[in-house]
Parts: sequence; C-alpha cells; structure tokens
Amino acid sequence: MTAPRTIYDKIWDDHVAHEAEDGTCRLYIDRHLVHEVTSPQAFEGLRMAGRKVRAPEKTVAVPDHNVPTDPTRLEGIKDEQSRIQVEALRQNAAEFGIEIYDIDDDRQGIVHIVGPEQGWTQPGMTIVCGDSHTATHGAFGALAHGIGTSEVEHVLATQTLIQKKSKNMLVEVEGSLAPGVTAKDITLSIIGETGTAGGTGHVIEYAGSAIRDLTMEGRMTVCNMAIEGGARAGLIAPDEKTYAYVKGRPHAPKAGQWEMAVDYWSTMNSDEGAHYDKVLRLNAEDIPPVVTWGTSPEDVLPITGVVPSPEDFEGGKVEAARRSLDYMGLTPGQKLSEVEIDTVFIGSCTNGRIEDLREVAAIMDGRRVKDGLRAMIVPGSGLVRLQAEEEGIAQKLQEAGFEWRMAGCSMCLGMNPDQLSPGERCASTSNRNFEGRQGYKGRTHLLSPGMAAAAAVTGRLTDVRDLM
Amino acid sequence: MERFTTLTGIAAPMPLVNIDTDMIIPKQFLKTIKRTGLGANLFDEMRFDREGNEVEDFVLNQPAYRDSQILVAGDNFGCGSSREHAPWALLDFGIRCVISTSFADIFYNNCFKNGILPIKLPQEDVDKLMDDAERGANAVVTVDLEAQTITGPDGGTISFDVDPFKKHCLLNGLDDIGLTVENAAASIDAYEAKTATSRPWV
Repeated sequence: MTAPRTIYDKIWDDHVAHEAEDGTCRLYIDRHLVHEVTSPQAFEGLRMAGRKVRAPEKTVAVPDHNVPTDPTRLEGIKDEQSRIQVEALRQNAAEFGIEIYDIDDDRQGIVHIVGPEQGWTQPGMTIVCGDSHTATHGAFGALAHGIGTSEVEHVLATQTLIQKKSKNMLVEVEGSLAPGVTAKDITLSIIGETGTAGGTGHVIEYAGSAIRDLTMEGRMTVCNMAIEGGARAGLIAPDEKTYAYVKGRPHAPKAGQWEMAVDYWSTMNSDEGAHYDKVLRLNAEDIPPVVTWGTSPEDVLPITGVVPSPEDFEGGKVEAARRSLDYMGLTPGQKLSEVEIDTVFIGSCTNGRIEDLREVAAIMDGRRVKDGLRAMIVPGSGLVRLQAEEEGIAQKLQEAGFEWRMAGCSMCLGMNPDQLSPGERCASTSNRNFEGRQGYKGRTHLLSPGMAAAAAVTGRLTDVRDLM
Repeated sequence: MERFTTLTGIAAPMPLVNIDTDMIIPKQFLKTIKRTGLGANLFDEMRFDREGNEVEDFVLNQPAYRDSQILVAGDNFGCGSSREHAPWALLDFGIRCVISTSFADIFYNNCFKNGILPIKLPQEDVDKLMDDAERGANAVVTVDLEAQTITGPDGGTISFDVDPFKKHCLLNGLDDIGLTVENAAASIDAYEAKTATSRPWV
C-alpha cells in the first residue's frame, strides 16, 4: 500500500519523466502559456542553438502585458519597444508553429484568463508560464507555476522542467463568508496571516467548505495570489464545478475521451491522512472586507481598521513599514475608511473575470462614480468584454462613469499606457502594491471588486457593506 | 553561462526586507528583447531621481560600493514576479552573489541559470556579514563555491548549503537544456508514448 498522498504529490508522481541519481527530476509539462515580455530571449536562444519547440500543440501564445487597452491599438501600438515585443511574439509563434491569440482576436486577453476560458487548463495537469501569476490555473486542480525565461526556453526545447519537489502546505478555510466578503478578501487575509514569505518552498492546497463554495472564478482569484504568499503554486481539488466549467470549451477533452478524463480527474484529491509540512486554518466568518495600506501584499487590514505605526512591527519590518507609510503618504492612526483616492482600477488576472464585473455592477446599481475620479474597467479577455456587453453590464457601468477598455494587463503593472502618476492613489483589484508597480510613485490599495466599486462611489476607501 | 568558482569582491549592505523584483528592475525596462544592458537600470527607482540624477545615499551610488559584486540583503529578497530581468540586471551591473536569510523561490532558481550564486544563511550570519558590509571598501568578502564557504574581512569563515546539482552546474557553467537533451531525451520520449495511451486527452 502506498502512503496517503496530497494532490500535489499525485500530480508530481504522474509527471516525473526522468529522475537522476541525485534526485533531480525532469517534470513533464502538459501546457505552456507564452506571452510577449518573458519569451523573446527564450525563442532567440532556440534559434541560436538550432532547436525546435518540442510540443507546439501544447503551447499557446497571447500578448497581454504590453498591449494598450484603448481601441486605437488596432491601428498599431505607438510605443516602439512594446510594438517590437508584440511583433516578436507574433513572428516567433509563426516560426515555431504555435497558436496565438493576437490583439485583434476576441479570444485575446490576460494569459491566465485565456487559458481556462479556452479549455487549455484542465485538472491534473502541469502548467507553466513565464509569469508568477500562473498559480491561477491551480484553481482547476492543476500544478501551475511561474518560471523564468531560461526555464521558458527549457520547456520550449524539452517540454520538461528541472525541478526539486516542494513541500506541502494546507490552507483550510471553513464556514460561510459574510455578505460583502469575497474570494479576494480570503486570499488577502491568508497573505496577511502568512506574510509574503510564509509559503516559500511550498505548494499550497486551499481546502475547506468556504473554498469549495466558491465559484471557479472565485477559486482562480484565491490561487492567483498564492505567489504573494511566497508559494510558487496554489491549488484546489477539482469537483463537479470544475468539470462543468471545462466541459465544451474549445480545447477541453473531446466527447470520446471526456469520461476517461473525468475518471482520472476524480482521483486528484488529497488522500485521508496525507502529510502537510505546514497548516493554516481560518474561519470564513472571521474574514472581513480588507484592504492593503502599505507596499507589500502582506500589509492587509480590515477596512474598519486604522493605519498602523512602524512601532507596531518587529525586526526589519519596522524600517520597511516606515518606508511604506512615507511612500503611501499615510499617517499612523488615520482611519482607512477616510483615505481619499484618485483612481479606481478594476481588472487584472486576479479580478478581471465576468463574475468580478457583475459584482461591480451590483454595487453600482443606481449609483455613479464620484465626480473628478478616474475609474476604469479592463475586462480580462475579449470574451469577458463581449459577455459583459451582452449582459448589459458594460453599458450600465459606462453610464455610471467608468471607462470601458479592451482586454489586457493594463494598470496592474504599468507596462502599457495605463499608469498612475506620482502621488496618484488607486483603489485596485490587482495583486501587487509594490513601489512603482502601477506607475512611478503611484500608490496602490489592493481590494475586492465590490470594495473598488464602493470606493468609486464615495471617492475614498469604503466598507462595501455600507452600500449593500 | 559563466562559471562560478570563487569570488572576491566588495559586499554592499541592503538591509531592507522584501526587496521585490519591481525594485530590482522596474517594469519599464522589461520591454527589451535582449538579456544584456539592464545593469544601467538596476534598482532604478531607488538609485535615480525622476531626472535621472543619482540618489546620493543609495548604497550602490556611494563611492565605496560602486563596484560591489556581492549584495547582503534583508529577508525575502527577490519576491514578486518571475521576470528573469531581475538576475540579468544584477549580473549586468556586476553582482555575482546575493546573501540573505531567504529568497523568493522563482528568483532563487533564476539566479542559478545566470551564473549568480544566491546564498541562504541563518539570521546571525547575515547580521555579521551585514556588519562587515557596512565597512564599505574594506568589506572585501571571498565566496568559495567548491568549499561552500564565505570568508569575511576579519578572516572569519561561514559555511553555506547549496543543492549539489545546482552547484555542479554553476561550477562548470553548464547549460540545462544541453544536459536534459543529453541525459533525458529517451526518458521524455518514453514518457510521451506512455501518456499518449493513459491520458490521451492531454
């Protein structure tokens, strides 16, 4: 009898293609997602060595980081360097025989939204991408993580990755979420508990009734930010919701193989008694709507809280907190709900899916964006954008005062024209509040889509429950 | 990849915790399609003001540390994105070794692919090296990968751990892809043949 195994153990065991005497493994990669920023040097490396892409049919390319989100992008990207990167992706996809969703294709969008949407992402798979938010795909019970460009080249050439096994960490959230509390609040609260290095060296399995009760969109939001807790990958056991989401998508298993696939997927559960090196348990009832105050995703507090003081911390964090407060322009003791904002950004691979836009629309019902505020909605993919238009959400939100954009990473990372100006303060549904992340000297507060909508109405960080 | 055997150089102190990849190389410099040339913008938003003038008190702008080859950093160095531009920028500036209590996984891995040695040490050892590094140009430190030791300016020696495979690749400047093709191609073929029947939908 084999020892009880976690999902991570099972996926790992099923993907070891080669194990060297010293224990170094070559893990087979089922899906490789490629975008324009971290791939050009990898393709160049292949060309220089005369190598091919080993499995182009398991590889898909989509430009997302650099692309402008205003419709004029179809006439050509103005920024020369961005244009060169996007053109390089197009040429590399053609040269190496890889499918690409280009910027004029409705299927284009943020790589981590497109993968699941097109059915590339399936339970039990190993999935990599040269982007740290690849953990998103773990929502399907896949082992998915970010890799560097040298590893992108290694996967392109060999369809494997040299790996040492990580440890197992269990994060269990039991109970029911209170009204106004979402998947984003769960994932931020977890990082608030673990810190940004709490998951380092581990793969996190998210479990418990509060996780199971989430929609697939919510599960993706949770797994997306595993990396902000230090874990390269986060995953959730697949269930009927997962299968229902995958079924019928363009790259999902076809009719003759569907039952066989589901049989296999249904074994992708952690066994009773499986070992975890680290365990964190949270009660869903204890999670409030939260917001970040600093420049690290671990700087999480309930919206009802006050800005902390550097002296509230210990060790190196004292100086880091002092630097954060100075950068963010906040004073210890100030109520978070009194912090005035300039901008609202709704989108990103964390919160750019249809459910997120519905959440915003629900809060905005009969309300308007406060005068003078800049508020933008960037759907995560062209198909999310079309669906929101069909549901009437797009028109409603534009009438309420939001800008309605084309799909892309947009202001989540400020590599395209959507950026904050120095000192500009943003309520953002994205995933990182690092210094300069959304624009030079820009100030980011991470929160849920509903909280972002509430901030858009009042012009300050706001408890979404006050507007429900 | 350039080999890493021994390195003797100036160590710069960066005690700040959670130095992230956006600090190491801000996003506006990721639009290159090359691996080189990023050193000019290493730590750009900490090192330069908006007009491009050097920020005087930033450590790598101080005369004693301009030619640093080693960084001694606070906890969780390299957290954030998977951008390999972070180690490329460090390397292009001349940094071949980073010492901290902890590193983000992806950054740690990326270093080894580029001839940079990241060293994890207990807090007390990092504190000691941080003190040494504060001595400026006198803070010459020797890192010996073969022996897995760091020798400080006062002659004291600290040992460190490193994965044997990663050490082997770094010492010999080996290319991972070449190694995989050479050692594992047949196994990968066999794996694909097996899964074509066991998981044909993949």
